[in-house]
Amino acid sequence: MSEKQFSNPVVRWIDHRLPIFTFLNHEAHEYPTPKNLNYFWNFGSLAGIALVVMIITGIALSMSYTAHVDYAFESVERIMRDVNHGWLLRYIHMNGASFFFIVVFIHIFRGLYYGSYKAPRELLWILGVVILLLMMATAFMGYVLPWGQMSFWGATVITNLFSAIPGVGEAIVSWLWGGFSVDNPTLNRFFSLHFLLPFVIVGVVVLHLVALHRFGSNNPLGIDTKGPQDTLPFHPYYTIKDFFGLSVFLTFFAAAVFFFPNFMGHPDNYIPANALQTPAYIVPEWYFLPFYAILRAVPDKLGGVLAMFGAIAVLFILPWLDRSPVRSGRFRPVFKIFFWLLLADCVLLGYIGAKPAEGVYVLIGRLATVWYFVHFLVILPVLSVIETPRPLPQSISKPIFSGSGGMVGAAAAPKEKV
Amino acid sequence: MANIKSTKNARDAAEPQKSRRDFIVVATYAMGAVGAGAFVWPLIDQMNPAADTLALASIEVDVSKIAEGQSITLKWRGKPVFIRHRTATEIAEAEKVISADLRDPEEDIARVQKPEYLVVLGVCTHLGCVPLGQKVGEVRGEYDGWFCPCHGSHYDSSGRIRKGPAPTNLEVPPYSFLSDDVIRIG
Repeated sequence: MSEKQFSNPVVRWIDHRLPIFTFLNHEAHEYPTPKNLNYFWNFGSLAGIALVVMIITGIALSMSYTAHVDYAFESVERIMRDVNHGWLLRYIHMNGASFFFIVVFIHIFRGLYYGSYKAPRELLWILGVVILLLMMATAFMGYVLPWGQMSFWGATVITNLFSAIPGVGEAIVSWLWGGFSVDNPTLNRFFSLHFLLPFVIVGVVVLHLVALHRFGSNNPLGIDTKGPQDTLPFHPYYTIKDFFGLSVFLTFFAAAVFFFPNFMGHPDNYIPANALQTPAYIVPEWYFLPFYAILRAVPDKLGGVLAMFGAIAVLFILPWLDRSPVRSGRFRPVFKIFFWLLLADCVLLGYIGAKPAEGVYVLIGRLATVWYFVHFLVILPVLSVIETPRPLPQSISKPIFSGSGGMVGAAAAPKEKV
Repeated sequence: MANIKSTKNARDAAEPQKSRRDFIVVATYAMGAVGAGAFVWPLIDQMNPAADTLALASIEVDVSKIAEGQSITLKWRGKPVFIRHRTATEIAEAEKVISADLRDPEEDIARVQKPEYLVVLGVCTHLGCVPLGQKVGEVRGEYDGWFCPCHGSHYDSSGRIRKGPAPTNLEVPPYSFLSDDVIRIG
């Protein structure tokens, strides 16, 4: 990168020795970004902000939290009642987890629809799936910390997943627990790891951004930028767009924090953990429900666990399952239908995960699980071969082209304001 | 980019110096600053003493059980409080000192509510050690009060600094007599 001349002499002095301002200018100011990004491209920066909010409120909460089975529940109640603004910090952190997942799920489905996982962005996508896995581990361990009934039994159920591993399962679970059941050592290590993992996520996010900036953002047309006429500098065009999106996001977030703080939680978690009694009706946090439904869909312990982890693992190989050279779903009429089916399937799985595992829910859960894997393992590879995509526009700045089939893409693309 | 710049220039020329756009920009920054402040303040204030900590910030003690010449040590707000039931000799010693000669001039009468009972924080004003002199047989320093072993400060029977590096007298905490015998500290 070339050294830019800054007018401020102090900035110039520092930048000559440590080119941090050149770096920032290059990556956050002049960084050429496709000019046709729609609002679905806001969710990456929103996820980053959500992560920062979680880390900041989490550090504040950790100052008043006690990671001990005898004090954890009461220390959380003390945060709610006695610590200055503790209720606010905890509600932000609690709902922040949910909103972080909402934002990330939208971000992921954006990538799925517009083919953001395809070459040359495969590693970018894989790093994103790694972030998702780390987020899930972090969220799970964070949910254990208040040491309510759902914390305790959630921890028991999830750690017991590993007992399904043949041979060494029991030993692994005992190692995870640090004892013969979920107890004080478990709580202590979960607190430690819950503190550590967000910083690991930050590290992977940095890699995610490095990979992103290698080729730049994908865009709704899914075609490569062909020159300066196709791009805008990131600042001010996308900083202001991201800020606008952020203010909309914060409106919803604040509404949840201030008016419905416990809407996405479970009332049983306000009952202190009791190792002698499982709640009658146990469900994970909503963002785990689709995976929980897949776990329960398979009538075999090991099979269920494998299916659940497989549901994420399949995302790692997605760039090689969908071989279609066309990225954006806009130009793939059949893929588009299956995309919406997949989204509906995931919502359905979430619904089934919240329902008791009995009667018709079991059957629907199994069908939805099968469909999830069929989509990735059968439909996408087959579609890459048999689907005839619509003609692609020549470039982002010249989306109009001759040809009968292209009007949908052409009509949708140039409406983005510049 | 060129045509974007030229439209901007045309607009600037058409509008007066302080445009409506400037107002919107400043208002936006101001609202952003207020919002950021509203988020940052709870993060800072959560480190201040919590409500339950403040609720435990005062203690009550019955001083009638302290024999003349005896001292007791209490814990108040995490710090030791010395209550000494002074003998007539100690009171006399403390009162006859000419306070103007002291490093931190203060009359004995200004440091007690009842002359028999001296209530001071047992924290050396030098660097925060707990002075000796509470228990029978402990060094009381050269002025019949307390002696701080850390750096050798001598306090008299009114808790005033008389010798050594400490800059001020032992602090008298806020307290009041709820009845003849019961003191409430804090």
